[in-house]
Amino acid sequence: MSEIRPGAPWSGSADDFVRIDDVVKIFGDVVAVKSVSLNVGRGEIFALLGSSGCGKSTLLRMLAGFEEPTSGRIFLDNEDISSLPPYKRPVNMMFQSYALFPHMTVEANVAFGLKQEGVPRNEIHTRVYEALDLVQMGAYARRKPSQLSGGQQQRVALARSLVKRPKLLLLDEPMSALDKQIRQNTQIELVKILDKVGVTCIMVTHDQEEAMTMANRMAVMSEGRIIQCGTPQEVYDFPNSRFVAGFVGSTNLFTGTITVDEPDHVQIECDQLSRPLYVDHGVSEPLGMEVHVSIRPERIRVHREQPEGDVNWGHGVVSHMAWMGSYARYQIRLDSGKLVEASVSRLAMAQNDAPAVDEEVYIDWSDDSATVLPS
Amino acid sequence: MSTSIKHAPLPWRRILTIAPPFVWLVLFLLVPFLLVLKISFADLQFGVPPYTALAEFKDEALSLVLNLRGYALLFTDSLYIATYLESVRMAVITTIFCVLIGYPMAYYIARSEPSVRNVLLIGVILPFWTSLLLRVYAWIGILRNDGIMNNLLMGLGLIDQPLEIYRTDLAVHIGLIYAYLPFFILPLYANLVKLDVRLLEAAYDLGARPWRAFFSVTLPLSMPGVLAGAMLVFIPSVGEFVIPEMLGGADTLMIGRVMWTEFFNNSDWPMAAAVTCVMVLLLLIPLVFFQYSQVRQLDARGGRRNG
Repeated sequence: MSEIRPGAPWSGSADDFVRIDDVVKIFGDVVAVKSVSLNVGRGEIFALLGSSGCGKSTLLRMLAGFEEPTSGRIFLDNEDISSLPPYKRPVNMMFQSYALFPHMTVEANVAFGLKQEGVPRNEIHTRVYEALDLVQMGAYARRKPSQLSGGQQQRVALARSLVKRPKLLLLDEPMSALDKQIRQNTQIELVKILDKVGVTCIMVTHDQEEAMTMANRMAVMSEGRIIQCGTPQEVYDFPNSRFVAGFVGSTNLFTGTITVDEPDHVQIECDQLSRPLYVDHGVSEPLGMEVHVSIRPERIRVHREQPEGDVNWGHGVVSHMAWMGSYARYQIRLDSGKLVEASVSRLAMAQNDAPAVDEEVYIDWSDDSATVLPS
Repeated sequence: MSTSIKHAPLPWRRILTIAPPFVWLVLFLLVPFLLVLKISFADLQFGVPPYTALAEFKDEALSLVLNLRGYALLFTDSLYIATYLESVRMAVITTIFCVLIGYPMAYYIARSEPSVRNVLLIGVILPFWTSLLLRVYAWIGILRNDGIMNNLLMGLGLIDQPLEIYRTDLAVHIGLIYAYLPFFILPLYANLVKLDVRLLEAAYDLGARPWRAFFSVTLPLSMPGVLAGAMLVFIPSVGEFVIPEMLGGADTLMIGRVMWTEFFNNSDWPMAAAVTCVMVLLLLIPLVFFQYSQVRQLDARGGRRNG
């Protein structure tokens, strides 16, 4: 368990501790979730990523028991929980705005769940302080939620949702109520706590960085469906669609037709570039088929000299450059009129005397940089 | 915190804002009450006005005469004491039933769809469009021995003899609860509708069954609404005159009726004034308690945040 690091590929056993089986949720005439199937392994941190209205929150609410699936089943540890009410599920949730009880102290908030279970009084006390110490809030036990900062409230909410030792922990937009400055540290800290406890966790977020920082695996959702599911690295490096490529990170999309298709590479004729695209992986599409190719901005190099090879490069003019601190973001207008974005690291800029706006430049990239998108 | 506000100089804009209601209260509440207080210490006399003056300047001596006849009678005549106790008892029962009936109603309205909610709220407010007098008359029509209810129950064969409700304490209770229920529902509704549903979901999520969630989350968080509503029912119920007069029997004792009798039938203004003053004092106690709980709540909510 301790080997799981934020964003690292999940290495636990591939059992299906949580199994979402063909779940559909319909509200009136709106289909919020359209036939979602998903497995999450024991101890895994899994992220549902999508923009608002994509169905991720509805899915989470079905896991918590606040909504019942219109059809399909949800299994937790081989038990069908689809129609169990929330108070009978071994599932706890950390709410987006934390939903701490304003009339109770921190201690009473954390003790609430244990009291419902009928845990003996002295055991409640021990477990409440264990949970509060885990999130370093032991000193604030007597305060009311309104006397805490946002970050402190989040810790209390986490302690409250962990104190019952749930089989499954749900996090609803865990960072959305925090300032941007403290988010990144909090994300890593949260993952550390979750790893320490070893709880299986499903989180919902619209922030792809948050998903990639925290999750072992993630599913990208849109319009009630899961578009792609995999480790953050898989999803980032091999998006399966234009939607995912654009949603998870930024990217440059090119359109072209396949001219050569070998098992170990494909060549794609593209009007938007000076030379054809060469990709070092095969595709299943037929020759002559129009396909989309994604190249991440950080994979694109910017030069003054014409590249030597006869594939994978283009020519254009720098139309805009923005300093981002650790890197510079270039916008380059190719001869075809296509606008390409490139992130150039400070290191590359230092080696290469950074090109300025309106300068003519060449862009190129390695064979393993581009990804052919099936849709 | 409150002391710092007290000592802060009042800017003229704040004075302008506070002045109209302040002047209103002084002119139409404090001054009349002081007049009543003055009369309560006077003695009965025939003439206009039918009471003696408190201060008299005669033979180069200013004499101030405080006549305590009214108050002495109030605390010695068991009839008055019984009336006060009876009025408070009536008001307490009315308040309890308004809470028991009104809470589920307010809860239901607050949890309804917003479109349905407005219709239900209008249903609660609608009776105010008719005068209270007419509505109490309608109750006479319902409760009378040969009224709608008895005719219906006898027609259905459920009872052989009419239920004698009209002109009893039960009729007064029905009338009071009916008349004051909206005053309980509205403030409670305003409180319940603001309750964050996610708090309830959090309670369910932590293992609380719906009833447990209600008693540990909804009820404590709605207490300010319950208190406000209960005060709005209790305070006017104590001094209520119209309902006990019209629905109650000859033996229904309530302060409002005693006041009326002293004032109009016996023309004993000082006595009526003394009855009133003691009632106001009686009502000030729950008001002070209410105010105290409100202030404490405000303090708990934001007072120590900076501490």
